[in-house]
Amino acid sequence: MDCSDGRRAPARAASWLVGALVAALTIGGCARTPPPAVHFFPAGRPLHLSDWQVVFREGDALALNRGVVPFDLNTPLFSDYAHKLRTVWMPPGTAARYSDSQTFDFPVGTVISKTFYYPRAGRGAAAVARTYDQSRDFAGSGLDLRNVRLIETRLLVRRERGWEALPYVWNAEQTDAELARTGDEMPLVLVGDDGTSEPFTYVVPNENQCAGCHVTNLKTRAIAPIGPKARHLNRDYAYPDGVQNELAYLVKVGYLTGLPPAAEVPRAAAWRDASQPVEARARAYLEINCGHCHNPTGPADTTALTFDVGTPPDRHLGVCKPPVAAGRGTGDHLFDIVPGHPEDSILPFRMASREPGVMMPEQGRGTEHREGLALIREWIAAMPGSCGS
Amino acid sequence: MRSLALIAACLAAAAGCSRQGPSQPAGLSAADAAFQKQLQEQFLDAQPGTVIEIPPGRHALDRVLTLRANGVTIRGAGADQSILSFRNEISGPEGILVYGSDFTIENLAIEDSKGDGLKINDGDHLTIRGVRVAWTGGPQTTNGAYGIYPVHSHHILIEDSSSWGASDAGIYVGQSTDVIVRRCHAEQNVAGIEIENTIHADVYDNVATGNTGGILVFNMPNLSQPGHSTRVFRNKVFRNNLGSFAAKGAAVASVPAGSGVVVNSNSKVEIFDNDIADNQTANLIISAYFSTNYYNKPGIDPHYDPYPRAIFIYDNRFSGGGDSPDGLELKTLKVAMFGLNGHFPDIVWDGYRDEQHLVNGLPPAEERICIRNGDAGVLNADGPHKYKNPSTDTMQFQCELPKLDAVELPGRT
Repeated sequence: MDCSDGRRAPARAASWLVGALVAALTIGGCARTPPPAVHFFPAGRPLHLSDWQVVFREGDALALNRGVVPFDLNTPLFSDYAHKLRTVWMPPGTAARYSDSQTFDFPVGTVISKTFYYPRAGRGAAAVARTYDQSRDFAGSGLDLRNVRLIETRLLVRRERGWEALPYVWNAEQTDAELARTGDEMPLVLVGDDGTSEPFTYVVPNENQCAGCHVTNLKTRAIAPIGPKARHLNRDYAYPDGVQNELAYLVKVGYLTGLPPAAEVPRAAAWRDASQPVEARARAYLEINCGHCHNPTGPADTTALTFDVGTPPDRHLGVCKPPVAAGRGTGDHLFDIVPGHPEDSILPFRMASREPGVMMPEQGRGTEHREGLALIREWIAAMPGSCGS
Repeated sequence: MRSLALIAACLAAAAGCSRQGPSQPAGLSAADAAFQKQLQEQFLDAQPGTVIEIPPGRHALDRVLTLRANGVTIRGAGADQSILSFRNEISGPEGILVYGSDFTIENLAIEDSKGDGLKINDGDHLTIRGVRVAWTGGPQTTNGAYGIYPVHSHHILIEDSSSWGASDAGIYVGQSTDVIVRRCHAEQNVAGIEIENTIHADVYDNVATGNTGGILVFNMPNLSQPGHSTRVFRNKVFRNNLGSFAAKGAAVASVPAGSGVVVNSNSKVEIFDNDIADNQTANLIISAYFSTNYYNKPGIDPHYDPYPRAIFIYDNRFSGGGDSPDGLELKTLKVAMFGLNGHFPDIVWDGYRDEQHLVNGLPPAEERICIRNGDAGVLNADGPHKYKNPSTDTMQFQCELPKLDAVELPGRT
């Protein structure tokens, strides 16, 4: 066990003091002093990611501080094939409250991080891999920087007033990430498993663009996390101390209260799991990629098109629905979804586009998500019925 | 080999980002990049009372400017002085996107955004004054959809503004209440000015020319509210004969080129004291949703009302127009009824009406289409029967409706 592994021991159960002591003992063999605990800033915008001490460079790894718990989602947002390391941390003695359908109610002081990175695909810094293979990404529960390139780490911080979004961009040396309130752009080349390559501009959102997805209710205009909901976290994760259900693990480390028996917890489909029904996978994909805007209170509430989990599978989901304000985004098609005919449907047309003004989602994507698009086409092709007249 | 060279070129280009600090966007000069960063920060930090000044000059940006605060003013030095150009936009798609109330934007131009020029969603008390939105390459399907686009908003004043080249509608107010659009200019758009699913709108003293359709008052299905009570008056609506360049399926793609004023599926619409001339399909069109290509049962809210009701047309000055309608069916109809050199009457009605609710063969008095416009003629195109029995009988339009109240925007009218 190396130092970072020992430090990040999830032993948060009884008392933080004891936990820290145990951790310190575990790393007795290492000469270094353990780093300070996660630093929650109740206000302001620290200029460096390292100021927070949530994830940081240590040796050849991006390490997680103690008490920082990684998690994945059953079906994640597509972000130009970037891999993502998600973590959550809460102040000692606090926990999130479980909800069946909504984002958990997190305590003030919660820091959620999402690090976007790519497996490297060659010598140049810009060549990154288009792959779903994560087997070479990790060093312990952190990331192996010999194999991956860090792009950005976004923090969602629960302050007294509510959630705030802070984007940090990793420097070329990969030693730290700097605050980038106005976003950033970097040219990258996606290199596929088949050797083909595709240049694109990776766009780091500015703070307002963060809100473009994370404000899911236009009336409150409040920023909120999207992923940490029961149905997305109800899955297994390979923690250093073994594979466990993420929700059960959060309870175990004291980060979650009110978790009902497993049979009562909803579960979203894993979009790449071919053993699950196409419809469930497509709906899970559309929810996480589109539902933050396309819901009855979201920024796309002007479109009469919704993709949140509760949308009935009829015109509300786009079936035979004429577009409202799509402009040239229609691609010369008359309806959002024509059952049986993905080639006549607006939805896959906009997913296939990379052109602002046509493409959907509107931001967070500069490449086509081939596999996601294939799933949506498969779903529409199998859909019964017709629009008739 | 070519792909290898491409990778090498890309990697070389990417070397630019392998140093610390924010990278300079590829399409922007250093000065523009610095301007954009500073302007983005102003948008991020804006608070009630903030005035963001756009200095004179043409400023290139490559990313949407988003505002999420109430009580903010964005002010330039003039619609031909302070120009925000989004020609190189890579992330947007709008030019300026606003989620906020008590918002004013004035005296500036937004050019060549990939999507809408100015979009404001969910605001109250909005003022858009002296704003020019333009796609500088002329009418093209690849232009953004809407020029000036407040939606889901209340108490909106749009004045002394203009839109050029929108691939859907130039000035487009959607799903809103209490709206004034005045002294604006719309040219080279598919639709010049469009009021859609909006309650209480006054559209006056505008010029709409050189569009596919001049001024539209529409109700679309499935939306948050059906619109009603729009007054269109004292406008100049002429020579809107531009070939449509909307993508098929877009809401306005059903509008034939050469349409002056079009009412579709809306109700309580008053059209008076306008100068409407030389629109080659018809100077004024009244139609139902069935005349668009989009009607189908599963995709349309069963509560949607597809009929135009309570339309009152009076005292307009019509001239020319109707002489070269767009589309084979209308062309054939025109030639059959009025001859090669003839023309449609000034007003064309597609003939759809709610047959379930007729009183003595006519719609109830308060729901009729009424025309008091001198000798202006009307064509009932008989759309429900594929144009088989068109008629120019004006009897059923000889009626009046109570006049609508003016829209009041306290402090601004």
